[in-house]
Amino acid sequence: MTEKTFMAGFGGQGVISLGQLWVYCAMKEGLEVTFFPFYGAEKRGGVARASVIVSSGEIASPLVTRPDSSVVMNPDSLPLCEEIAKEGGVMLVNSSLVKSGGARKDLKLVMVACNDIAEKIGDVKIANMVMMGALSKVTGAVKLDKLEAVLKTFFPESKHRFIPMNMQAIEAGRAAV
Amino acid sequence: MAEDKRLMKGNEAIGEAAVRAGCRAYFGYPITPQNELTAYMAKNMLDKKRTFIQAESEVSAINMVYGAAATGARTMTSSSSPGLSLKQEGISYACGADLPLVIVNVQRSGPGLGGISPGQSDYFQSTRGGGHGDYYHLVLAPKSVQEAADLTYEAFDLADRWRMPVMILADGLIGQMMEGVVLPPARDLAALPRKPWAVGRQADSHRPINHVTSINLVPDELEAANRKRFARYDEIKQAEVRFEEVNTEKAELVFVAYGTSSRVCLGALEMAKKAGVELGLFRPISLWPFPEKRVAELAAKGKKFLAVEMSMGQMVEDVRLAANGKTEVGFYGRCGGNIPSEEEVFAEAMRLVGTKSGK
Repeated sequence: MTEKTFMAGFGGQGVISLGQLWVYCAMKEGLEVTFFPFYGAEKRGGVARASVIVSSGEIASPLVTRPDSSVVMNPDSLPLCEEIAKEGGVMLVNSSLVKSGGARKDLKLVMVACNDIAEKIGDVKIANMVMMGALSKVTGAVKLDKLEAVLKTFFPESKHRFIPMNMQAIEAGRAAV
Repeated sequence: MAEDKRLMKGNEAIGEAAVRAGCRAYFGYPITPQNELTAYMAKNMLDKKRTFIQAESEVSAINMVYGAAATGARTMTSSSSPGLSLKQEGISYACGADLPLVIVNVQRSGPGLGGISPGQSDYFQSTRGGGHGDYYHLVLAPKSVQEAADLTYEAFDLADRWRMPVMILADGLIGQMMEGVVLPPARDLAALPRKPWAVGRQADSHRPINHVTSINLVPDELEAANRKRFARYDEIKQAEVRFEEVNTEKAELVFVAYGTSSRVCLGALEMAKKAGVELGLFRPISLWPFPEKRVAELAAKGKKFLAVEMSMGQMVEDVRLAANGKTEVGFYGRCGGNIPSEEEVFAEAMRLVGTKSGK
């Protein structure tokens, strides 16, 4: 099994955190992983992208150029994700911000209202976790069953009170697809 | 027992490996894309009561490393391409004074200030003695976060063994990428190699003065010192050549690539497998000494080469020198911070196999 995922959004949406947590969990599940981020020099609002690969075998190139799955968090990322998506690949779209799913008919399109669901739970900042729950359900590549333990090392102690909310977002993301 | 696998950025893994190898003093100056390494050393060296200094410039940092190495301490500096240009004078002095130290270059795109995205265009500078004078030093190129940690750890031993600077030549992708890594055990500082040639601590021992310097104004003496050093280079060429081969026996065309480019070529190899084509990869790990003998052997067997680099073509010259006209050596490169995709590398390989086979 190899799942190559391309994640894209704008800075501040948690795209980089999403990619890191995805591979962190995958590693804890015994998979080989690579995570290569690309982001602008801006603190917020610049492009934020990540090439993310999880595999049961050794990973060759860490660059994702023909993704099996794509995560589109904002409208600006849609054209690029559409262009590079593998024939018959999966495209998960944050439908709270991206209204159209694009023109490619061969892709399996999954619309997830990440921002709306996150706001309902209590904070738009966990929209990325809603997306991760959906990505896990749709691809089956990473189970995320070790996520709670991973979050305990990912967040400093003072932020541990937010972990239940993050777990809730994952479940809501799963349920939405 | 081996430790658990950790998820780390290449820059951080290099830092932790250096700490564990017994690096006593780190000197650096910020530059993207290696900043996480300097930041990691700031936190972890000070925690361990070792020396960390953010110097006022790259020139200062390399001279601080020179000073620390002269006292016998395991020491390191790191930077990225433009910063390495500034360090070259100090590296030349360190080579002239036979000082063991470790230099990390997380390459970005050039020339000039260039960009902050990954590059491999410092190959010439790194492998040809980038400063003035006759000298070389070991250059090791990791392809993964794991190998970045392993080679950095080993670089300190190699530096001490051969009394020379050792360079880790990584790039922005290796530095910024996260992968799983199992770190080597921490070295006991008291058990590190003794350095009777080092300066300092005379008040304790009353031993005669040790001089650590690159200056010698007597031509015959300086020539003799250079010849002695080049005799050591010959030994290193025998002992420290490192490379990895994948499917070179069956392949008609063999990629030659190091670091990030070699990972891209591995991706192209997977595509070739699916397409039923035999391609191979020859990956130099030591860039100096370059694995010229093995490249010559493969050339003599009639293998075609395709060098793939994130540059306009630098390592390819070593491949051509080693092949010595016995085979075709193609080149495919991207630069400016672009990384070649496995699709374009595969397409170029197919073009060479398709149009030039059966000549």
